[in-house]
Amino acid sequence: MIVDIPRFVAAERPYWDELQALLDRTDAEPEHRFALAEIQRLHYLYERCSAGLARLDTFSTDPALRARLESLVSRAYTEIHETRVPRKIRWKALFAAFPRAFRRHLGAFRLSVAITLLGCAFGWFAIRMDPHSKAVLMPFEHLLNSPAERVHQEESAKTDRLNGAKATFSADLMTHNIQVTVLTLAMGMTWGAGTLILLFYNGVILGAVAADYVAAGFGTFLTGWLLPHGSIEIPAILLGGQGGFILAGALIGWGGRTSRSDRLRAVAPDLFAIVAGAAAMLVWAGMVEAFISQYHQPVVPYGLKIAFGACELVALTAFLGWAGRE
Amino acid sequence: MRSARQSRLSIETPEGVVFSFELATPVTRALAWAVDAAAIGLASYFVAQLCKLLNPLSADVASAAFVVSYFSISVAYAILLEWRWRGQTIGKRLFGLRVIDVHGLRLQLPQIALRNLLRLVDMLPAFYLVGGLTAVFSCGAQRLGDMAGNTVVTRERQSEAPDLERIAPAKYNSLMAQPHLAARLRSLVTPEAAALAVRAVTQRDGYDPLARIALFGELAAHFRSLVEFPEEAVESLTDEQYVRSVLRVIYGG
Repeated sequence: MIVDIPRFVAAERPYWDELQALLDRTDAEPEHRFALAEIQRLHYLYERCSAGLARLDTFSTDPALRARLESLVSRAYTEIHETRVPRKIRWKALFAAFPRAFRRHLGAFRLSVAITLLGCAFGWFAIRMDPHSKAVLMPFEHLLNSPAERVHQEESAKTDRLNGAKATFSADLMTHNIQVTVLTLAMGMTWGAGTLILLFYNGVILGAVAADYVAAGFGTFLTGWLLPHGSIEIPAILLGGQGGFILAGALIGWGGRTSRSDRLRAVAPDLFAIVAGAAAMLVWAGMVEAFISQYHQPVVPYGLKIAFGACELVALTAFLGWAGRE
Repeated sequence: MRSARQSRLSIETPEGVVFSFELATPVTRALAWAVDAAAIGLASYFVAQLCKLLNPLSADVASAAFVVSYFSISVAYAILLEWRWRGQTIGKRLFGLRVIDVHGLRLQLPQIALRNLLRLVDMLPAFYLVGGLTAVFSCGAQRLGDMAGNTVVTRERQSEAPDLERIAPAKYNSLMAQPHLAARLRSLVTPEAAALAVRAVTQRDGYDPLARIALFGELAAHFRSLVEFPEEAVESLTDEQYVRSVLRVIYGG
């Protein structure tokens, strides 16, 4: 029992002040590496302050004093028990963290691909079986015309319909696709159901468009139109789906004995790396879609566009498959 | 349906010491976010003015710059500020709120990014309905983004030291003449009872005289039941004086 509170406070205050000064220094200089003696001192001061707080716990003392001690103990606790990386962003590490995170959760990516392919198959067969379902499956006005009409318009165009609007179009595509990707990831919080629906729906649209153009005999046009940006954009959305399933897996936690909170904590850095990587990919895809994909033969030969898209796909595969390996 | 919401987050250190944080209410958080939305709007307005400077160069580039800037500001605003200001944005600062790690550890960038990116789900279908309802019914007042990021939003500690000179002037205090009994009293009075006594003293003039006498009588009886001081230390004290002396013992030492 503390008999004389003022005496106790007077005796302990220098230690509390010293601890506060040390903590203020760690806040001001997050990159500062403490010497061993300083770390030992910090630990001693933390334990002394904790002991003081424990002794005050049984007293109805001045709330301001208690609040100060709680604040010191909580801040020191954070510094002493935090074992994760410091606050500074290491861009080089983040660059390698993205493919590593992708490879760590390949199962989730495969699931993402499988659901999208399932959607593609559904969209494909729906259009082939019932061509009138186009209006329902493809809620985009520019896709509702017949493929032949569109191809004719694009290939015979004498003027650039995007003239003076390419940059804005590109910016709109980037922001919209990043939103879709983040939403696909975020929907993982619905135990993956939302992610699954979004991926399937994306697949349905893709499959329906492909069926429509291939059936009309414009497979080359379709590949030349979609591949330059799609080889980056579609994998980015699949990565969003991968993130969503990682999130869902951590939320559900099949067979694991760790708490939900620990599972989510463990996947957070990977999710961050994946979503940051996917966003960067979509910035590139937005530029390619506005500046390359919308131009067709004879302005840009289909062979060149397809080769460009294939090169991007190979580069992306190589990056995700091998970058950051140790 | 019963809310599982707690009002405090307590963290026990390996040394067995417990410290706690007061959790922010959904209403305060909504107000803080309204301020942040206004800040985003204001920042976007200034960026739009800057982008207009690009108009003579190219209206297309100016428009694209605005689209990208607006998107970047709305996404990065909370992430960067919470990261740089240790869990605070302008709105949170204004309302005394702070995002902290659920285990009391240092906030990491991935946690902050996740909690903010998941706003997209929390905002559904409109006006943060999903996030708001989740915060109301989750035990740590967490929206989905907080759950994914392992964060909670807390109210900053507000030290409200009572004005001792007003409620218990530093005259001779006969209770302090018995240091061991005073220490025992300090250990037995709960913070809630002490806070109640402070309120009674600070608002005494607002009470009806009879109600005031009864209130101080009850408070004094409660404190007397905790520790029995010698007769000579309390014989000349009225109930109200007794309560004030107790407060001096608790807060003034």
